[in-house]
Amino acid sequence: MKLICDSLTCERGGRRVFENVTFQISSGEALIVRGPNGVGKSSLLRVIAGLVAVRSGKMALEGGIEDRTVPEHCHYFGHLDALKPSLTALENLSFWRSFYEPVELAGFSSDATLGASEALETLEIGHTAHLPAAFLSAGQRRRLSLARLLVVPRPIWIMDEPSSALDAASERTLLGLMASHINGGGIIIAATHLPLDLPNTKYLEFSRGDGRDDEGLAEDYDGFGDSGDFL
Amino acid sequence: MTLYDLANPTRFLSLVERIMPWLIGATVLALATGLYMAFFYAPEDYQQGVTVRIMFVHVPSAWLALLCYAMMAGSSIGTLVWKHPLADVSAKAAAPLGAAFTFLALFSGSIWAKPMWGTWWVWDARLTSFLVLFIMYLGIIALWRTMDDPIKAAKANAILTLVGVINLPIIKFSVDWWNTLHQPASVFRTDGPALHSSILVPLLVMAGAFTLFFIMMHLMFMRNEIYARRIRAMRMRAASAAQPHANVTAQIREV
Amino acid sequence: MNWMTALFVREFKIAARVGGGALIGVLFFLAVVTVFPFGVGPDLKMLARIGAAVLWIGALLATLLGLDRLFQADREDGTLDLLLMSGRPPELIVLVKCAAHWAATGLPLVISAPVLALFVNLEPTAIGAVTLTLLVGTPALTLIGAVGAGVTVSLRRGGVLLSILVIPLAIPVLIFGVSAATAAVGGPTPFLTPLLYLCAISLFALVLGPVAAGAALRVASD
Repeated sequence: MKLICDSLTCERGGRRVFENVTFQISSGEALIVRGPNGVGKSSLLRVIAGLVAVRSGKMALEGGIEDRTVPEHCHYFGHLDALKPSLTALENLSFWRSFYEPVELAGFSSDATLGASEALETLEIGHTAHLPAAFLSAGQRRRLSLARLLVVPRPIWIMDEPSSALDAASERTLLGLMASHINGGGIIIAATHLPLDLPNTKYLEFSRGDGRDDEGLAEDYDGFGDSGDFL
Repeated sequence: MTLYDLANPTRFLSLVERIMPWLIGATVLALATGLYMAFFYAPEDYQQGVTVRIMFVHVPSAWLALLCYAMMAGSSIGTLVWKHPLADVSAKAAAPLGAAFTFLALFSGSIWAKPMWGTWWVWDARLTSFLVLFIMYLGIIALWRTMDDPIKAAKANAILTLVGVINLPIIKFSVDWWNTLHQPASVFRTDGPALHSSILVPLLVMAGAFTLFFIMMHLMFMRNEIYARRIRAMRMRAASAAQPHANVTAQIREV
Repeated sequence: MNWMTALFVREFKIAARVGGGALIGVLFFLAVVTVFPFGVGPDLKMLARIGAAVLWIGALLATLLGLDRLFQADREDGTLDLLLMSGRPPELIVLVKCAAHWAATGLPLVISAPVLALFVNLEPTAIGAVTLTLLVGTPALTLIGAVGAGVTVSLRRGGVLLSILVIPLAIPVLIFGVSAATAAVGGPTPFLTPLLYLCAISLFALVLGPVAAGAALRVASD
């Protein structure tokens, strides 16, 4: 399996966020997206997750399931926990387990065949299983959200600042899970400004220019869509 | 010039600049002719007297109210299917025009109703349908105005407009049905005896004049909207020059 | 568990548990029906004549009440992103969410309608007719409302706008619903004609609502 992103360009609200981002990543590799805040790391992840439309560029997955889009191979672990406070931790997690379409691929052996309760135990929040999510602390909510990745097998994990709100012990657990996902033939694309110690890591560095030579970029930057001549 | 060339706003604007004087001239001429005919050529009604002349504003307005919605629906398809940026602009420009024509149809209907039926408003099937249409136009305008991002606003509005256009016949049908239920004797018939040419001709001229007026205003509104978006783009550019968001480079590095 | 069942059960639980759930809608329905006699006077004959309309307008307003949160809550907590990536068709997701929303908020309105009908002095036939028309018609209101909820999903305060957008589209439902209910106790038309029109509109909304709202959710994610 290989994810190929070719000259991705992204605009949000008419604002050019980044352009011509090109990379490839194969099974058993991690891609860490690094750079200062507000530079478009999250936008790149959301583009790959299909949540923000690309303005131009191509994204393809080799060796995936034929009639599925790239986002349908992915788990997205973002800033929002997607938890319903009125449901218990177990109800929250079991829902995703029965709702999400799993992706089984040759060459990708995931340990994401855990039951919901086992996943909670793995993340050491088993004791909260029958508590409404409203009662969970920020770290516990984060771990509950992470548990979703363990109960549905999907080969690509897209993670936006995965270690935020986690204590040191949970962060070690997280790194262990990420490492075993990679070793099992999965792909991880993570944005972070903290160092993450993972095997087989590539880095994608986002850097901000000095602001003087951005004329060429702004030239066809019109806030409009496809036609470049409004300015 | 193909439709594809028109996708280019600059070319579109220069085309608008070229045809605008002719369009204004034609509109003024048609409107003057139409009004002259409406006042001096068309006869008075033997029952309604001079008030029948309101028809020469009322009917063309009603026709334009529907044409504007058709224009928005066509543009909405352009937005959703071809993602044509000018389609967004066209849909947005047509909404206030449609609302204005619908209002004019309601208003002229109302001042016509007063001498005819002795009341400012009757829940006549056609007036009621136009009232519903008016609310739909205002809803669409409100949705345009509440969404900041023009691209997302265009898509949301396109979906709403198309749902509206699918529902309009159902609304019209149900209102007609409701009206016959409560008011069996129809007070206003369009399928009556054929209009005499002394009325029909001025009516057609006025309808033509209104259509020209609509095209002129629509192009002007589109031009304004393009300028508004340019201003928006320039402001954004100014903001990002101070804090260079745009100039992001991404490099892949194997470690 | 099948994914659609799972979604239905979850949505139903959330709708029933949050903010008083079904009760709040019924309470609102009661409040609307109660203010009518204060507005038009307590003449029982007149109330019997307009009773079906009062119940229908109450049900329409009560349905609109909770619709703005239908997708907005999911968008705010990140659930919508995950739903769109799930590999399940957005149209079906909308349909299941609407079904759960109706079961949690629309169905209680239908069930409480016979009781509220007593306040407006409806005779037994009319009570049955209005309840039946509400049962057939309120799903259409929810489904049409879903379109409004879809196009206003990214607006922080979309509730009022949603009502403005949805009410014109809901007029046919109201017309045929009230007509059928009044026709049942004598009127210019037979009972069946408007009822069948109402069924047709509900079936049509069953297709149009999910397709349009699904499209709106797709373009709204950002």
